[in-house]
Amino acid sequence: MNTTPLSAWIEGIGFLSPGFNDWPTARAVLRGEAAYTAAASVLPAPSILPAAERRRASRVVKLTLAIGLEAAASAEADVSQLATVFTASGADGHNCHALCEQLATDDRLISPTRFHNSVHNAAAGYWGIATKSMAPCQVLCAYDASFGAGLLDALGQVVFDEQVTLLIAYDSEYPEPLHSKRDTPDCAGVALLLTPQKTARSLARLTLRSTAETAQKMADPDLENLRTAIPALRVLPLLQMLAKGESGTVCLDYLAPMQLSVDLKLC
Amino acid sequence: MTPLLLSSYTATTCLGSGLAATLAGLRDNRSGLKPCAFETVTLDTWIGEVVTVDAQKLPKNLAHFDCRNNRLVQLALEADGFAERVRAAIARYGKNRVGIFLGTSTAGILQTELAYRRCDPATGALPEDFIYRTTHNSFSLAEFTREYFGLEGPALAVSTACSSSAKVFAAAARQLACGTIDAAIVGGVDTLCLTTLYGFASLQLTSPEPCRPYDAARNGISVGEGAAFALLERAPAKPVSGSVLLLGTGESSDAYHMSSPHPEGLGARLAMEAALRSAGLPSSAIDYINLHGTATPANDAAEGKAVMALFGDQVACSSIKGATGHTLGAAGAVEAVICALAMTNDLLPGSPNTTTRDPAIPINYQLTSRSGKVRHALSNSFGFGGSNCSLVLGVAQ
Repeated sequence: MNTTPLSAWIEGIGFLSPGFNDWPTARAVLRGEAAYTAAASVLPAPSILPAAERRRASRVVKLTLAIGLEAAASAEADVSQLATVFTASGADGHNCHALCEQLATDDRLISPTRFHNSVHNAAAGYWGIATKSMAPCQVLCAYDASFGAGLLDALGQVVFDEQVTLLIAYDSEYPEPLHSKRDTPDCAGVALLLTPQKTARSLARLTLRSTAETAQKMADPDLENLRTAIPALRVLPLLQMLAKGESGTVCLDYLAPMQLSVDLKLC
Repeated sequence: MTPLLLSSYTATTCLGSGLAATLAGLRDNRSGLKPCAFETVTLDTWIGEVVTVDAQKLPKNLAHFDCRNNRLVQLALEADGFAERVRAAIARYGKNRVGIFLGTSTAGILQTELAYRRCDPATGALPEDFIYRTTHNSFSLAEFTREYFGLEGPALAVSTACSSSAKVFAAAARQLACGTIDAAIVGGVDTLCLTTLYGFASLQLTSPEPCRPYDAARNGISVGEGAAFALLERAPAKPVSGSVLLLGTGESSDAYHMSSPHPEGLGARLAMEAALRSAGLPSSAIDYINLHGTATPANDAAEGKAVMALFGDQVACSSIKGATGHTLGAAGAVEAVICALAMTNDLLPGSPNTTTRDPAIPINYQLTSRSGKVRHALSNSFGFGGSNCSLVLGVAQ
């Protein structure tokens, strides 16, 4: 059987997490040029949305627009033409809590907006409305393995459908009482703009294969804490190589015993 | 795309568990809908309930997955000898070469809804016995399936509301094409819960009667639950006559509204066109269209416009939601199996409860089931957030 390597060119990166407002600030710390300072994630108001929508935008909508648009802007990509793969370990935790709380009372007449915001693909839906992209939009979940699942499917779209694809991997927190059952601490995510061909803007080529090796950890305890506490940040060892401008191979956590070995060649 | 073989498939809905019960229901033009008496729900609406779910017992080592949704996963996996066919594929290819791609809208959120009624009055804490990961989380059905079969390969859940389990066919096809896996368990499972029943009611989208897709007087959906699975493998050069094949997939976004379809069905049309292109077939090759047909005024009007524009008024079309209810995240897989049954039994499924076609939608809508040759079928699934997916299936001659 012929196999096609799961491979793509990285053209743009978006990043947001506790302590990091964007990819350039994260890159400086990952390079060792600046120290990590713990802080709650700062979610910018999405300027792409009309004023009324901007005020109503939930945390996951702000998060995904911030990282997705950062990756697209750095690659000068037209967001209205991009296929997208969203992947998240959970949906909007605050909205979910509000629904479950009300459904446990005698007044079960929930708000229709709360209901349509409860779907796992709510952030993806708002992305489509904001960017006017009618291209395919995937929305995945694989619990702690959600980043790996998203990378696999995004590369499938790049290779098989020969489509420029924006991967948006993100997570958000649940309030109590769900927080005690699922303790994701804050909002965070990464966006990678992946292309089937090399262009003048390509940063690196990544090639994926499955492996049973152990995933690489971050040497810095704060960064390792982020990697393990927030599923989307299982990407950090790969981002560190990109930040340092190093080619090589790195093993990322997916779904034990299956892990993902990523070969990275800088352009 | 290169055609893929559905080497085994099965469906469980309110029509019954397994292919024989489903086929008999379709042939008899039977509706499995009944007035809603689910849990403590007090809504004036009809539902499609799988009554045998409650009797399912999960194996002891998988007891932490116990919830209505995973019970339905197990019930459906064990129908039609599907689980045996999966085990044979695992023996053939290896436990890291069979992937899992399952669609769901709400997974086991019912478990959380029930747990919130039992919060500690003093601390507000959820009960000790509530497990988020293996019941509520959207991945729980895929993780359950992975452990049920002892698999060690890739697994993911697609959750794009009501297009979820159509899109799993496309995701699995990509990984089969790239050689990550040699076989894929694809499917969809969604079960009744308060979120969807009260949610669709809040949008005034539930009907007080059994739903009537494409009827001139249609007035909303009947929420249903269901599960369907297929085992996808690369097709041999000359598939055995009667084999069901996945020929094409098409995905698109409306980029229009969170809970209303594009009024002209533009996203729907893009998905159907992409599926035909992926199959390398002209629209004239399609003999039957399984419509999304939820029976809301807006959905059927928009989809009808897109179908009319692309296929005209000749191709036989129907929605089976008057029989099964809208099985939400399971609908894509359930209806792919319906298309497989149509093609292998020369059956054009009808539309129970629909009596008067909408004169504003002049497509060839089938009111009652009748016999007819179906060589190629197209199935539509559209969801909240403007997520669209169409599949083209064929049968080897």
